[in-house]
Amino acid sequence: MDNVIIEIKKLRKDYHVGDVVVHALRGVDLQIREGEFVAIMGMSGSGKSTMLNILGCLDQPTGGDYFLDGTNVNSMNRDELAGLRNRKLGFVFQAYNLLPRTTALENVELPLFYNPKMKSKERLERAVNALEAVGLKERMGHMPNQLSGGQQQRVAIARSLVNDPVLILADEPTGNLDTRTSVEIMELFQALNEKGRTIVFVTHEPDIARFATRNVVFRDGRIQRENMVTDRLFASDVLLTLPVENIEEFEN
Amino acid sequence: MMNIRNLLKIAIRALVRNKLRAILTMLGIIIGVASVIAMLAIGEGSKKNIQDQMSSMGTNLIMIMPNMQMRGGVSLGASSSMALKMSDVETLRNEAVYLSEVSPQVSASGQVIYGNQNTQTTVHGVSGEYLDIRKLEIGSGRIFTSSEVRGMSKVCILGTTVVENLFGEGADPVGVTIRIKNLPFEVIGVLEDKGESGMGQDQDDLILAPWTTVQRRLAAIDYINGIYASAVSEEKSTAAADEVTEILRRTHKLKESDEDDFRIMSQSELLETVSSITDIMTYLLGAIAGISLLVGGIGIMNIMFVSVTERTREIGLRMSIGGRSRDILRQFLVESIIMSILGGALGVVFGYLIGTVAGTLMNSPVVVTTQSVVLAFAVCFVIGVFFGWYPALKAANLNPIDALRYE
Ligand SMILES: Nc1ncnc2c1ncn2[C@@H]1O[C@H](COP(=O)(O)OP(=O)(O)OP(=O)(O)O)[C@@H](O)[C@H]1O
Ligand SMILES: [Mg+2]
Repeated sequence: MDNVIIEIKKLRKDYHVGDVVVHALRGVDLQIREGEFVAIMGMSGSGKSTMLNILGCLDQPTGGDYFLDGTNVNSMNRDELAGLRNRKLGFVFQAYNLLPRTTALENVELPLFYNPKMKSKERLERAVNALEAVGLKERMGHMPNQLSGGQQQRVAIARSLVNDPVLILADEPTGNLDTRTSVEIMELFQALNEKGRTIVFVTHEPDIARFATRNVVFRDGRIQRENMVTDRLFASDVLLTLPVENIEEFEN
Repeated sequence: MMNIRNLLKIAIRALVRNKLRAILTMLGIIIGVASVIAMLAIGEGSKKNIQDQMSSMGTNLIMIMPNMQMRGGVSLGASSSMALKMSDVETLRNEAVYLSEVSPQVSASGQVIYGNQNTQTTVHGVSGEYLDIRKLEIGSGRIFTSSEVRGMSKVCILGTTVVENLFGEGADPVGVTIRIKNLPFEVIGVLEDKGESGMGQDQDDLILAPWTTVQRRLAAIDYINGIYASAVSEEKSTAAADEVTEILRRTHKLKESDEDDFRIMSQSELLETVSSITDIMTYLLGAIAGISLLVGGIGIMNIMFVSVTERTREIGLRMSIGGRSRDILRQFLVESIIMSILGGALGVVFGYLIGTVAGTLMNSPVVVTTQSVVLAFAVCFVIGVFFGWYPALKAANLNPIDALRYE
C-alpha cells in the first residue's frame, strides 16, 4: 500500500481579480500514498479548496506539476481530464451539488452515463449498490428537496463512489452538517478507506480531522505542517457516545 | 464516445426535469410557427380567391373604353367619350385575327319596375357574343337573337339579383314584361348566379338587352360606351391588345403624335394589378407573422437566459463527474432539437387550425403552402436550437469549477 497516488511539486495557483493578483497557492509539495485518509486543515482563505479543486482536476494550476497515479495531469487535454474525473476520481462538494428535481438514484447514476462502456443494467446495479453503501437504498426514489442535508451529502458520496474511483476528494463534506451527522459521514469514509480507497478531505474542525490518518495544515497558500494522526478517532465508537438527537434518525 | 442511447436518455431526463421551461420554450416556437403559417395561409387564400374570381370573369377578356381626356379632373369635351362607334366593332370583327369574339357595350342605368316592386340597376346593351366573352351562362330562358338585335326588340335577360329584387328569390320571370325606364321589356332569360367579384362587387345586379335597343331607346346616343372582346387565348391577349391599338388608331385616323382616344384593359393585365395588391397583402401579413416569430424567438431567448445560471451549474456538475464539453453540447443540442421539433410540429398544427378557423370566419379559402410551413419551421427550428444550445456553448468551455460557481 505504498504506491504514491498523488504527487504535487511546487504547485502554484494565482487568481487575477482586476489588477490584483491573489496567490492562492504559493508552491505546494505533497505526496499522498494509496490507502491514505488525509484531512486538509487551515484557516479560511489559506488555499484548501483551491488545492482540492486542482487535485480533482476541476481547475488548472498556474504552475508546478501534478502527478496522479503516475501520469502528469498538466499535460492532459480537457477531454482526457474529463475521462480522468469520470474513471478515477470522486468529488464531494460542501454544497452537495445534486441535480434538483432528480431522484437520488438518477443523481447517483449520472457519472456512469458518461462512461460509454457501461451497460444500463450494470449502471442501475451499481447505483443501487452505492446508495446501499451509504444507507439510503430505501430513499432512492426521493428528490433532493425531500432529503435532509446529511442524506443529500450521502447521496453525493454515493455518486462519488459509483464509478469505483481510486481517489475520493471531499471539500468540507461535513461543513453544513451537525455533529452526529458529521460523524456518520466520517464513519462512511472510514469504512470506504478501510476497503482501500484513498480519501482526501478538507475540514475546519480539528475533531473531524482526527478521523483521518494524516493531517496537512495550510497557511497562506503553503503547507504549514503535516503530521500523522496519533490519537485517531473511530467513528463507530464515537457514535456510541453521541446522543441520538437527529430528527432524521427518528424518521428512519 | 458517449453512445446515442445515453445521450437521448440524459437529454430527455433533463427536459422532463424542467417541464415548465421546456413547455415555455416550446410555446415560443409554437406561437412563431403557428402565426407565420396562419398569416401566410390567409394571405395566400385571399389571393387565390381573388385570382379565381378574376379568371372566372374570363382571362381572355379585353375591354376597350374611350380614353376620357382629363385635365385637372375636368373632362375635355364630350367628344372624347364618344370615340367608340359600332363601326369599330365591325372593323375589329373583320380585321383582328387575335380576337375571337367582339361585342359592343352600351350602358344605361335607371329604374326597373315590376308590379309594385322596383329596383335600380344597370342595363348593358350588348350583342349575343357578350355572354361568351364574359363567361356568363343562361340559367333559364334564352339569349336574344340577331334579328332581335337588328330590330331593336324590347327583350332582356336578368341577373339573379334583379330577379330577387323584383320577383323574390328563386322566381322564374321568363315571359313576364317589366318596365325599364318606363319602357316595357319582355324577360326572355335569366343569367346563372355569378356571385361577388374578387373586389366585392355583386356581379348579378345587371340586365342585358340588345345593344341597339339600349343605344336608341334607353340611352339615345349614337356611339357606344365600350367594346368587350375575347382574345383567342390568354397568351395572345397582349398581342391582341397591340393589334386592337393598331387597327383603332388607323381607323380613327390618328396622327403619330396623337394620343390614343381609347383605352385597352386586358383581364390578364388586371389580374397582374390585383395580384400585386394581394402580394402586398401577403407581405404585410408575412411581416406581422415575422414579428410574431421575433416575439416567439425573444420568448425563447428569455427563458434560456433566465435559466442560464441553473444550467451553467448543471453543466459544471456534469463536467466535474466526467462529462466532456462535447457530451454537454450534444445533450443541449438534442434537448433543443427535441423541443424545436415538437414545438414546430405543434405550431404547424395550430397554424393550420387558426388559418382554417379564420378562413371560415372571413369566408375565404385558406391555402397552407409548403413554403410557409418550411419557412416557419426552419426559422423557429434555428432560433430554438440556437438559443437552446447557446447556454451550453459558453459554459462547456469553462473550467468545471468556474461553471459550478457561476452566478
Ligand atoms: N475564483 C476565485 N477568484 C479569485 N480569487 C479566488 C478565487 N477562488 C479563491 N480565491 C482566493 O484564493 C484564496 C484561497 O481560497 P480558497 O477557496 O482555496 O480558500 P479555503 O482555504 O478553501 O478557504 P475556506 O476555508 O474559507 O473555504 C482566497 O484568498 C480566495 O479569496
Ligand atoms: Mg474552501
